Amino acid sequence: MDFEEMLQRSPYSLSKEEKEAVLTERLAELTEKHKENCPQYGNMLKCAGYERGKIGSYKELPFLPVRLFKELELKSIPDDQIVKTMTSSGTSGQAVSKIYLDRTTSANQQKVMVKIVSDFTGSSRMPMIILDCPSVVKNRLMFSARGAGILGFSIFGAKRIYALDDDMKLDVEGLKAFLDKYQGQRIFLFGFTFMIWQHFYKELVRLKKEGVTFDLSEGVLIHGGGWKKLISEAVSPEEFKKCLQDVCGLSHVHDYYGMVEQTGCIYMECECGHLHASIFSDVITRRPLDFSECEFGEKGIIQVVSTLPESYPGHSLLTEDEGTILGEDDCPCGRKGKYFKVLGRLKNAEIRGCSDTYAEKFR
Amino acid sequence: MRKSLDREGLKGIQYLTGNEEILMRMPKAEAREPFGEEIQEFLNTLSRTLLSMPEARLYPDVVTFAFWIRKSSVKKLAERFTEKNGKGFHLGRGVAFHIAPSNVAVNYAYSFAAGFMTGNANIVRIPSKDFPQIALINKAVHAALEQHPDCVPYICFVRYGREQRINDALSSIADVRIVWGGDRTIAELRKSPLAPRATEITFADRYSLSVIDSDTYMAAEDPGRIADDFYNDTYLTDQNACTSPRLVAWCGSKIGQAKERFWGFLLERVRQKYEFQPIQGVNKLTNAYLAAAGHSGIHMVCCGDNRLVCVELDSLFDNLMDFRGDSGYFYEYNFRDILELKPICDDTHCQTVSYIGDRKMFLPLLEAGIRGVDRIVPIGKTMDFDLIWDGCNLYERLTRTISLM
Repeated sequence: MDFEEMLQRSPYSLSKEEKEAVLTERLAELTEKHKENCPQYGNMLKCAGYERGKIGSYKELPFLPVRLFKELELKSIPDDQIVKTMTSSGTSGQAVSKIYLDRTTSANQQKVMVKIVSDFTGSSRMPMIILDCPSVVKNRLMFSARGAGILGFSIFGAKRIYALDDDMKLDVEGLKAFLDKYQGQRIFLFGFTFMIWQHFYKELVRLKKEGVTFDLSEGVLIHGGGWKKLISEAVSPEEFKKCLQDVCGLSHVHDYYGMVEQTGCIYMECECGHLHASIFSDVITRRPLDFSECEFGEKGIIQVVSTLPESYPGHSLLTEDEGTILGEDDCPCGRKGKYFKVLGRLKNAEIRGCSDTYAEKFR
Repeated sequence: MRKSLDREGLKGIQYLTGNEEILMRMPKAEAREPFGEEIQEFLNTLSRTLLSMPEARLYPDVVTFAFWIRKSSVKKLAERFTEKNGKGFHLGRGVAFHIAPSNVAVNYAYSFAAGFMTGNANIVRIPSKDFPQIALINKAVHAALEQHPDCVPYICFVRYGREQRINDALSSIADVRIVWGGDRTIAELRKSPLAPRATEITFADRYSLSVIDSDTYMAAEDPGRIADDFYNDTYLTDQNACTSPRLVAWCGSKIGQAKERFWGFLLERVRQKYEFQPIQGVNKLTNAYLAAAGHSGIHMVCCGDNRLVCVELDSLFDNLMDFRGDSGYFYEYNFRDILELKPICDDTHCQTVSYIGDRKMFLPLLEAGIRGVDRIVPIGKTMDFDLIWDGCNLYERLTRTISLM
C-alpha cells in the first residue's frame, strides 16, 4: 500500500499485522530517503550502526531524540523548497524546534489531520469557536505550535470567532451573538488545555455567579498542549471534563497528544478516554535503561513514528514524555491501532559537577 | 584606608557559621602566618570531630576531607610550601571571599581550608543545595570553634540567593576572591568590582581525559580495584566534575581485550551503585547524535545498558569536547603515538589526564608545548585535592611575601 492508497483508507482501519507491514515499508523508505538527502542524519545512522538489510520491522529503526531539532537544522530538501518553518512553543530564551516543510509534507499533514479529526467530529464543517486570542496567529512567517494548532484546526470551522481578545479576556457579547446565530447547530471548539482552564472555564464560573450562562451542549471541544500546568493546579483530566460539563453543558470533549515535530499525526482521545494511534503513525514505549520495547501496561519513554515527514528526518522520534500502551486493536470505541495514555514529562536530570547550573539548558 | 562594609548591602544573608558582626569586623582581623600553630590546632580539632561523628562515615568525601586537614597532613603541606619560599616573611592576604560550586558537596570545605591554613579570614558562599555533608561539616566547625575561640573572627559561612548587591558588598572587602562554579559563575562575579590591590582566583569550566596502556592494564592484578577507582573518578560526581574523564584513549597491543575487561568490570559496579535517571539515557543518545551530525567516523558501542555509553572515534576532531557528555558517557580513541592526543590537550580547557601505564609516556606531549593539562595523575587520584590545583599554586596566591632584608 503506498501513501496515496493510505489516504483513501479510514484512519483506524488497519489491524496490527497489516499496520506493521505498511509502517515498516514506508518508514524504511523514509529512512533511506533522509539518509540520502540529509548528511547529518546520514552520519547519525552510521553512528547508530544502521544497516538497511538488518531492519525487519519499523521498531528496529533508529529514533532521534526530539531535542536534536532544537540544536540542529535538520532538513532533507534544498532551501528553495521550504514552504513553511514550524517552531515549537517555548518561553523566551529557550531553544525551539525548527521543522522545515515542503509542499508535499505540508499538504499531507493537513490531509491526515482532517482524516483523523473527522473521525471524531464528522466530516462537515461547523461554526467554530477558537478559545484563544487572535494575535497568536498573526505572524504567519513563523508558526508557533499554538498558532499552527489553531490554523490547522481552523479548517474544520465554517465560521470562526476568537472567544478571547488579545488581553485574554472573554468576549461575552461576541460569544453570545455567535451562539444565538448558530443555535441548534453543532459547534466546534478548539483551544489549549491550560488556556481553556485559565481564561475560559474560570471566567464562565465567575459569570455564572452573576447569572450569565452559556449553553454549549451542542459543542464538541478538542484541546491539546498537555497537562503540565494543570497538574500544578491539581486538575485531573476527569475533573476538567466534569467542570466544563457543569458550567456550560459541554459534554463532547477530546484531548489530543501531538507535537510540532510530527504535525498532522495527532493522537486523539476517544470516547473511552484513550489516546489512539492512526494508521499514519504509531507509538512505542521504551525502557529507559536499554531502550527495549515495553510490554503493554508498562511505563516507558514514548517513541513516535510518522509516515508524513518527507522534508525533514523526523519520522522516528524519541520524545521526553512517559506513557503506557494500554492495548491494541481492542479499544471498546471500536477503533483499531494502539491506544495509550501519556503520564507526563521525564524529569530533568539532577547531576553533580563543578560547573554551576543556571537556567536549564534544553527546555 | 581599609574599606568598611555597609550593613544595607548585607541584607538577605543567612549565616551558617559566624554572624554579621564577625563579617563586619573581618577587614580588621589580623592576617596570620600560614600554617601557624593555632591554625593547625583548629584544623586538627575539626578533623578529629568529623572522624568521631558516626554519620560522617557514610560520606567518603567528608572522611577524605577530614584526613586532608589532620595535623600530619597539614604539616606535610607546610613543609612543602613554606620551605620553598624560605626567603621572606609570609602572611595571609587578609579577607578571602570564596564562591563554592553549587552542586558539589564538600568543595566549599576545601576552599575554606585552603584560605584558612594560609592565614586568611574567610567568607564562604555555601552551595544553595542542601547536601547532608554540609550540615555535618558545619556542625563540626561549630564544635571546633568552641574549643578555639581565637579562630572565630576568621570564619563566616553564608548563603544567599546569588544577589549581585551582596556579591558587590562582599567583593568590596575581599583581598582575594576565589570563584569556583565555572564560566557562568565567574562572569556573574566579575560584575562585582574588587579593590585595586585585590586579586582573584578563578576555576573555569574544564574537561579531563584518561589514557590507558592496554598492556599495563592487562598485567594489573586487581582489575576490580581499578574499576572502583575509575568509578570514583567518574560516576561518583555523575562524571561531571572538571576532573572527570570524558575521553578514554587506549594504546598498546591488547586494546580489544583491555576494553572488554575494563568496561565489563566498571559496568558491574555501575549496576550495583549508580542511581540512574531515565532522562540520562535520552541525553546520552542526544549527545552522540549531536557529535555525529557533523562528523562521520563516530560509532556507538552497544553494551545494551544506558548507564554506560561508549562512543568510538576514528579520529580526534578539534571541538570534540563541545560534545562531552556526563553520567557515564565516554568517547574512546585508540592511538599509537601520544602526540595524537595533542588536539585535545593543546587547549586551556584541558585539566587532568589520569592514566594507567608509565607516566614517562606523556613527556613528548608536554615537550610539544601544549596549552592545557594541569595535572597528570594515576586513575583513582583525579579528585585528590591539593594546594596546587588547576595549575595554580593556591599557597602563593593566598599569601603575601614581605621582603625582609
